[in-house]
Amino acid sequence: MAFVTDRKRAMGTGSAKSGTHHHWQMMVTSVALLVLIPFFVFTFGAILGAPYEEVIAYYQRPFPAVIAILTMLVGFFHFRLGVQTLIEDYVHGLARKAAIIGMICLSYAAAGFAVFAIIRIAL
Amino acid sequence: MADVNRGNRPLSPHLSIYRPQWTSITSILVRITGNALIVAALLIVWWFVAAATGPEAFATANGVITSWFGKLVMLGSIWALWYHTLGGLRHLVWDTGRMLDVDKSEMAGQMMVVLSVILTIFTVIVL
Repeated sequence: MAFVTDRKRAMGTGSAKSGTHHHWQMMVTSVALLVLIPFFVFTFGAILGAPYEEVIAYYQRPFPAVIAILTMLVGFFHFRLGVQTLIEDYVHGLARKAAIIGMICLSYAAAGFAVFAIIRIAL
Repeated sequence: MADVNRGNRPLSPHLSIYRPQWTSITSILVRITGNALIVAALLIVWWFVAAATGPEAFATANGVITSWFGKLVMLGSIWALWYHTLGGLRHLVWDTGRMLDVDKSEMAGQMMVVLSVILTIFTVIVL
């Protein structure tokens, strides 16, 4: 006679150990990007190709700057989650761990550089 | 717990068994587009960092992005971005339990392909 519930016996036994939090974060960032991406495409796209002075003046305006900062932050966090799933499907063993850590660090570094640069232009 | 029969069990049919379908191809394309967007993303980060650095650095980064090769990458990335966005939207709809029937899923996949192309053309015209 087992006094453990079905749920308790199933918890943590999947190959990924957990997954709902990852999925939830994907859903939240997806919804956020659904709003941010159109704004970013048409603000960034509007100024891409313009001369240096115009670009600096453009990103000193709050709206394009904040859209760009949020898109970089949420976008790279979304990428960090997505690329982890990709690696988990195709890479195994120690290489998997190394690749996941490497891509997470790359994502956060890219977001950090982008946010610093945009704030520096904006201020 | 002790799973002694791990290597010996039948596998469910996989990529080499199934012929390509709208659902499988549009799904793998969501993965490919999402991960390929890192190229454009890093180019854009470089562009912002260069703009924050100064006119010379900006000229270099801007020159690469607006070169014919850079424009090709950006054009492909616009399509990839719209396609991946529609793919994400499809996942959000699926997560509510809707459009999970085969015929509706296939229709959603076809819509993603058509709409992503239309959105790409629209973006190129507007910008």
